Amino acid sequence: MKLLFEKSIDSRKSSFLAECDVPTIDLDKDILREQSLNLPYLSEVDISRHYSQLERRAHGVNNGFYPLGSCTMKYNPTINEKVAKLPGFVDVHPLQPEETVQGCLKVLALAKEYLTEITGMDDMTFQPAAGAHGEYTGILLIRQYHIKHGNVKRNKIIVPDSAHGTNPATAAMCGMEVIGIPSTEDGFVDLDKLRAAVGEDTAGIMLTNPNTLGIFERDIKQITQIVHDAGGLVYYDGANLNAIMGVTRPGDMGFDCIHLNLHKTFATPHGGGGPGSGAVGCKQFLAEYLPKPVIELADGQYSFVNDLENSIGKVKSFYGNFLVVVKALAYTMTLGNEGIPLSAMNAVLNANYLMKLLSECYTIAKPGICMHEFVITMDKEAKEHHVTANDIAKLLIDHEIHPPTVYFPLIVPEALMVEPTETEGKETLDEAAEVFLSIYRNAINDPESAHKAPVLAPIGRPDGVGAARNPILRYKNED
Amino acid sequence: MEYPKYLSYSSTHEWVEDLGDNKARIGISDFAQHSMGDIVFVNLPEVGDELLSGESFGDVESVKAVSELYSPFSGKVSAINEQLLDSPELINEKPYESWMLEMEDISDSEELLDADAYEALCDSEEH
Repeated sequence: MKLLFEKSIDSRKSSFLAECDVPTIDLDKDILREQSLNLPYLSEVDISRHYSQLERRAHGVNNGFYPLGSCTMKYNPTINEKVAKLPGFVDVHPLQPEETVQGCLKVLALAKEYLTEITGMDDMTFQPAAGAHGEYTGILLIRQYHIKHGNVKRNKIIVPDSAHGTNPATAAMCGMEVIGIPSTEDGFVDLDKLRAAVGEDTAGIMLTNPNTLGIFERDIKQITQIVHDAGGLVYYDGANLNAIMGVTRPGDMGFDCIHLNLHKTFATPHGGGGPGSGAVGCKQFLAEYLPKPVIELADGQYSFVNDLENSIGKVKSFYGNFLVVVKALAYTMTLGNEGIPLSAMNAVLNANYLMKLLSECYTIAKPGICMHEFVITMDKEAKEHHVTANDIAKLLIDHEIHPPTVYFPLIVPEALMVEPTETEGKETLDEAAEVFLSIYRNAINDPESAHKAPVLAPIGRPDGVGAARNPILRYKNED
Repeated sequence: MEYPKYLSYSSTHEWVEDLGDNKARIGISDFAQHSMGDIVFVNLPEVGDELLSGESFGDVESVKAVSELYSPFSGKVSAINEQLLDSPELINEKPYESWMLEMEDISDSEELLDADAYEALCDSEEH
């Protein structure tokens, strides 16, 4: 389809842009552009149709099943959107006087109260814009803690190979050296290898739990104990918190610091580029390092406090993606004390139910009870029948199911990582299982046809290699 | 799958060509490039870097995954194949001509396999 720029006609205009209602200023000639901006000119109906056309070519949670492992593509209740559109939340400016935005500050304070309770932490910041940004902030807290205690040589972060790929990247971004440790045969952190890895230079460990194999770390208390005994701190990657929220708390397992993906676990929309929110929670002894400003309540008035000597500073402009926090708070309050754990249990139940149905044909990488997701390996089928994880993913598209995450985690060859999420009903899972099983059987019988899929989608098999080797990252005006 | 006899191999799928005088050339095997799929990016150390045997010296990225490269020796990097940085597809096309780095002052070595033993290892990983 054509790009907006290619649809542009010079004389077209849209009427929905408001007239300028502030005084215009004449700038000095020497700082003005010499050429006009290359903007597309379109009518309102052209723009509207363009985006509708794009929407028809995409697949969202509202279109159908979306079992994209580790991404928690669950349905986001409309009530959250309704709350986030209230004028008191939308028509505010970040530089407004504090006394005129007390409601907004109360939202941040309430969200902190509920989410620290759910995670077992003492304090929290909402500044980070997304998950990896939350990890970055969390590891900066750990780094600051060591520096303030004179332990500048603690510069190694341990990351098990079943962690999210962002964990080692985060540690490296914070100037830490990454020490990878392999998992055991059944997918758990290897305690002996962990004991051998810790030492006087250990800053901490980053643990993804449940891990990317969809397994709850069995020896979690020993893991936190071993790292603490060595003088390191323990970081919880809470991206998969939807599997445990309201049932157990990372704070009680011994973790010092955690990030949450509000845009995943707490049902705010994501997948289209955000915005997200990577809230970071910590125990009291790390609170003094949190990004500033923090919110305080005194004499019934909320205010921002910037005078914080040991803070790591700012990690984002203003207070983070505020409206995402509004949506997450609406979600948390809708579910309440009873709904939060039920949601987690449903996530685990759905994943186990679907895993059981699919194991009729597919090989499960780590059989047994899973948490909110499980991993299939197509290793045998790839070698014996030339049917790969990628082929299964492409075949699903023709059945209007979004493919699972493919080729991740890296420790499973030909991986398909499936997360049905808590919001799907049994009927959806039954129908999806029928599709998974029938495309499997057809692909094994006729690999040639499988290699051609998808045939019904607007785009067949894009040239992934070509795109990676010669990426075209933006539209370039040919004139 | 090719396993040239004049090369030695590590269990992590690097090939090694002995250049004599404590020098060697290192790349990745046909088996390694085949299991990775189309390689789109390669990350190599700098000339002069000191490597320890078993240490990661870089990584290769395919559409499927990123895999680390491990040094079979302790020693100093004396040259890198800069052509691969712009044309990583050469690793897929000619794995045994696409050397990644040359090392000198080699001391410690990982246990290396001859072509037959390496082929047996790849067969066992394949099945």
